[in-house]
Amino acid sequence: MAEIEGGGGGHKKGGKPKGKKMSTRVDFTPMVDLGFLLITFFMLTTSMSKPKTMEINMPVKDVEEIEKQKVKASQAITLLLAENDQIVYYFINDQTGEPETPVITNFSKGGIRATLLSKNKELLDRANNNNYDSIPILKDMYRRNEIPEDEMKRRISGIKANKDALIVVIKADDKAKYRNLVDILDEMLICNIGRYAIVDITDIEVELIKTAMATTANAATTTNPKTK
Amino acid sequence: MPKVKVPRKSTSVDMTAMTDVAFLLLTFFMLATQFKPDEPVTVNAPSSVAEVPIPDVDIMTITISEDSRVFFSMEGQQYKQELIQKMSALKQVAFTNEEIKAFSLMSSFGVPFDQLKQLLAVKSEERAKFNQTGIPCDSLNNELGDWIWQARLSNNKVRVAIKGDQNSNFPVIKQVIATLQEKKVNRFNFITNMSTEAAD
Repeated sequence: MAEIEGGGGGHKKGGKPKGKKMSTRVDFTPMVDLGFLLITFFMLTTSMSKPKTMEINMPVKDVEEIEKQKVKASQAITLLLAENDQIVYYFINDQTGEPETPVITNFSKGGIRATLLSKNKELLDRANNNNYDSIPILKDMYRRNEIPEDEMKRRISGIKANKDALIVVIKADDKAKYRNLVDILDEMLICNIGRYAIVDITDIEVELIKTAMATTANAATTTNPKTK
Repeated sequence: MPKVKVPRKSTSVDMTAMTDVAFLLLTFFMLATQFKPDEPVTVNAPSSVAEVPIPDVDIMTITISEDSRVFFSMEGQQYKQELIQKMSALKQVAFTNEEIKAFSLMSSFGVPFDQLKQLLAVKSEERAKFNQTGIPCDSLNNELGDWIWQARLSNNKVRVAIKGDQNSNFPVIKQVIATLQEKKVNRFNFITNMSTEAAD
């Protein structure tokens, strides 16, 4: 079809001079070339994945919700975001009201996520709440048409609004990066924690991070003197 | 031995189908393309599992670069014109029509208000070379707060998105959030990329 025509309408020798038969076929090759050139251009300039957002609701200023609603101290966990992608977390002891020994962890799967999930489960189990499914699982079930939409919404809000669930207080140190904040908010989403707040860090907690870091550094040197 | 005659086949192929496909794809990509506005700074947003897409209209974006500079941008030319007029009334600085036009076409900017005229005087192609120091947002001179407040007055449906570089330091973010809260914006979005690691 799209071949280059050599001598399309040459007339025969001695015959009547007929009107030249022009071929209607056009050579498409340059057009295809151009087409693909433009495709390549647009393919390279197009950004397909739109950036996503996570919505944050901050409490109205000067009202620190966590402090205001008197929650059971044992229900809350305080996460301190420290430098070098480390997290220091501590619980408040129910009897004494004093903070328990802080623990250092990180953003890996077995780090803070495991802690949050197990602690949340522990709290819910204690309150005899057994319908503990994670939000991503519910969403997945909805996508596979295993549960209807309103069922999914009901169960998700049930998880998030659960009175006995873990409450997380997030405090970031000045040396933390923005990435750490987004990561920890992400963990809230993954671990189905509906109640969390970003609160300013206090001086006591800055000291707490320092001492926790120092003790682990000491412990590391005493147990394994070869590594620094 | 009889000669085996190889039939001579034409090497030309029918290209119509290929052309069809090529142009179909071309049309698709042309329609799907949204040209990236030239940002004064490249920001590497952190990744998350969040799945909410960012809206195209009624949004203002506060960009925070890795070196703690703050940039501001807003969607919609008519809102931007209104914004610059409101800002000029607030700061008692008059802008010419050309400057208002230039501002409404500018995507994102990060200069203190007294340098804005200089930035607008620069041609848009050469604006990348302009040394933008960031919008001041400390407690002494909180221009970012003014911008946010006036932007909300010019478009009351506007939502706030924060686009921070993943390595930007937390104090800047804290300052921006504090500014937002001061201006009674208690609900805002963090712009993130899709995470490669699946949630489980």
